[in-house]
Amino acid sequence: MSTETAAPAVSAAKASTQDAIKENLREYGLIIALIAIMLFFQFTTSGVLFRPVNLTNLILQNSYIIVMALGMLLVIVAGHIDLSVGSVAGFIGAVAAVLMVDYHINPLLAGLLCIGVGAIIGGCQGYFVAYMKIPSFIVTLAGMLIFKGLALWMLAGRSVGPFSTEFQMLSAGFIPDFIGPWTLVAPTLNAAGGPTPGTGIVLHATTIVIGLIIVAAMLYFALKSRRERESHGYDAEPYGFFVAKNLVMAGIVMFFMYMLASYRGLPNVLIVMGILIALFVFVTKRMTFGRRIYAMGGNVKAAALSGIHTERLTFYIFMIMGALAALAGLIFAARLNMATPKAGAGMELDVIAAVFIGGASAMGGIGQVTGAVIGAFIMGVMNNGMSIMGINIDWQQVIKGMVLLGAVAFDLYNKKKA
Amino acid sequence: MSDIILEMRGITKTFPGVKALENVNLKVRRGDIHAICGENGAGKSTLMKVLSGVYPIGTYDGDIHYEGKECRFTGIHDSEKLGIVIIHQELALVPMLSIGENMFLGNEQANAGVIDWNRVRRRSAELLRKVGLREDPDTLITNIGTGKQQLVEIAKALAKDVKLLILDEPTASLSEKDSQSLLDLLLEFKAQGMTSIMISHKLNEIKRIADQITVIRDGQSIETMDKADITEDRIVTTMVGRTLENRYPHRTPKVGETIFEVKNWSVYHPLHPERQIIKNVNLHVKKGEVVGIAGLMGAGRTELAMSVFGKTYGTNITGEVYLHGKKADTSTVGKAVKAGLAYATEDRKVYGLNLIDHIKHNVTIANLPGVSNSGVIDDMGELKVANEYRKKTNIRSSSVYQITGNLSGGNQQKVVLSKWLFSNPDVLVLDEPTRGIDVGAKYEIYTIINKLADEGKGILVISSEMPELLGICDRIYVLNEGRIVGEMKASDASQEKIMRAIVRGEVMEEKLERAAS
Repeated sequence: MSTETAAPAVSAAKASTQDAIKENLREYGLIIALIAIMLFFQFTTSGVLFRPVNLTNLILQNSYIIVMALGMLLVIVAGHIDLSVGSVAGFIGAVAAVLMVDYHINPLLAGLLCIGVGAIIGGCQGYFVAYMKIPSFIVTLAGMLIFKGLALWMLAGRSVGPFSTEFQMLSAGFIPDFIGPWTLVAPTLNAAGGPTPGTGIVLHATTIVIGLIIVAAMLYFALKSRRERESHGYDAEPYGFFVAKNLVMAGIVMFFMYMLASYRGLPNVLIVMGILIALFVFVTKRMTFGRRIYAMGGNVKAAALSGIHTERLTFYIFMIMGALAALAGLIFAARLNMATPKAGAGMELDVIAAVFIGGASAMGGIGQVTGAVIGAFIMGVMNNGMSIMGINIDWQQVIKGMVLLGAVAFDLYNKKKA
Repeated sequence: MSDIILEMRGITKTFPGVKALENVNLKVRRGDIHAICGENGAGKSTLMKVLSGVYPIGTYDGDIHYEGKECRFTGIHDSEKLGIVIIHQELALVPMLSIGENMFLGNEQANAGVIDWNRVRRRSAELLRKVGLREDPDTLITNIGTGKQQLVEIAKALAKDVKLLILDEPTASLSEKDSQSLLDLLLEFKAQGMTSIMISHKLNEIKRIADQITVIRDGQSIETMDKADITEDRIVTTMVGRTLENRYPHRTPKVGETIFEVKNWSVYHPLHPERQIIKNVNLHVKKGEVVGIAGLMGAGRTELAMSVFGKTYGTNITGEVYLHGKKADTSTVGKAVKAGLAYATEDRKVYGLNLIDHIKHNVTIANLPGVSNSGVIDDMGELKVANEYRKKTNIRSSSVYQITGNLSGGNQQKVVLSKWLFSNPDVLVLDEPTRGIDVGAKYEIYTIINKLADEGKGILVISSEMPELLGICDRIYVLNEGRIVGEMKASDASQEKIMRAIVRGEVMEEKLERAAS
């Protein structure tokens, strides 16, 4: 029998500030939650959290989680899951160590080889998921066991390191200051005539300049897209709201750039991350490839009947995930400066949690790259803050678990209310 | 033998926006086989769901008297306690459980929660004998055919101590031979004094076994006839005899040359490759022509369309497709779309739309290259397209950013149409384009169809509603059991003619099967 629901009341009111906030409630809510959590730990750690050195560490500590969260977002939006990423990252770390330390292969070449191997691993798993129609949960659970085992075998139980300094630069390096340091407040000199650490304000000038360029670009593109909407006669958000929003965003970016600049500047790995995040935002928001992933996750039958090659798409997604897991494995190995058999263990859980905290739906079809990145930072800040507070690892896990559950429950509650 | 076992009086049931049943009366005599017939969507299944408590008391108006007592069922358990058991059209069996386990599902032979397997085996073997099914009770359901599964369902009903057995289209998916033995079984039960209600639109079956027939049309009970009065003619006229109002916009067809042709098309069932679903079908559509495919549920209409559109149904597909007189490759959806074919699916919620995304993204998904440059989507261009089609098909929504899951059925259908219009096809196949939407929205959909035909597109409409086909088509094919059994100009056609073609087709099919076996 037919059931017909009446169309909801239609109103073509002009977009108001309220509407603009409501439309992006999820994204703004996440940013506000992250800031609130940071302020909370700033208070409970008596100011340690926002110290430049700690903020820099925060980025270094979470870089590999964020890199994997980008791929995991695609996987989850497509309606799948990848449990193998931690093991794959650990395995690739082992491969990198064997190539570079045992066989002295050039770090760049070895790195590219590793990422290629990761893509092949992802592709293999993708083949089983996409074409053999085996649930991704099972395929990647198998992958998790396989690559954990292979990493152990490859390293034969030992830890391999250290890496060459060039390779370590991936995780431990900072961009050079081309412009030269700006001394705002001269540091007090110690007895030997050198500067005393922790005194004075010396800024990494290149970092500040890059920050300004980013902010300028952000504002330029925001204005451009606003103009475009207006010139086509479509409602844009109210001008006051638009200005306030962009100023706040610019302020936040400049604040972090300033913090980083007053330590050692931009970490190399942040540049890698930044480029990847920008790329994934672009792919998911503006490219047909991304759009098709959302369509497939929302309704795979309708997508297939609309001419989308759903199998091929799934295959590519897992391949991308594999390559990113490999990159994360390299970053992690470079950070530890050795490959250990235990590397990567449990990482997949942090990655998946980050994506879900970031608002992705376990049913597929819903999720944002920015959400996943902020989700990863929320997890990272909690790890960092709780460690500084001296909370034991056991209770850290309990609290993180409750935050994950709470975030998703809050999300569903909001959706039901709407 | 003429006392009344069941009486339903003044049953009225409304779904949001649609009146499914209106003041329906039904009287069933003890020991009879009572047939209920009517067109697809007339309300037969809804009536039986009311009777069995699927729709509990309070969700409908009117009352039910069974064995002289008024019944107030709050769920299917209440009716089963009284011996009223319904066997639905889609069988309710768990494929990976055994026959015995299925037979006592929800009625387990257990002591304090511990299943007594010996009793299960003994009783199920006994019941299987009664329905004449020679299978081990430990055999899994998935390993036996549909006909045998139907018998298991009946044995399951017997296990519940059934007094009034309701069968909803029991032979719809059975072969001729299995249907015959099922009907024989019903006659045997009748001899033992059981009462049955059978929903069917196979007139030959009804004639063979029914004692009385009640015809339902547009949610109303029209007439109850006795066996002596039953003729096919009379049933057909009662079933379809509605007054046709002016529910269809007028169009003067401007028919051009043939643009779409399907030749010698045969398709086999994807899971049972020995069953032929489409049998050597030939059809064509001309430019600016609206062509209908009529047929009963299960005739193979959707299967035909989907097998042509990117081989999305069936195996072992043979035959040729021609577009503009040239042989076209439609072996994947992408190729079919590129060749100029579009197929708007029957079930828009399951196959047509991404319900969690908004209108804009749904409209462009079948033709993303049309709004993008080397893989990068032109945001403004896409918005323009979405707004253009929203206006063109008159989608009522607050904006193109409304989530399609929140739209009404009619507006959802317009989104599906927009999606396919934007893929710029030469031939559109519309499968049940107006199912489940209200009269006003139907008129709008017909208007869109007319406009498309006037633009020179070829349109193939699949519909279960014969008046709709008669109202909007120029030419109609009648499909029955996978075979084209009739082709007529709409101006010469009538519902009676279509029904007769179907019945004739059934007789022919019977003969063919007999000849084959």
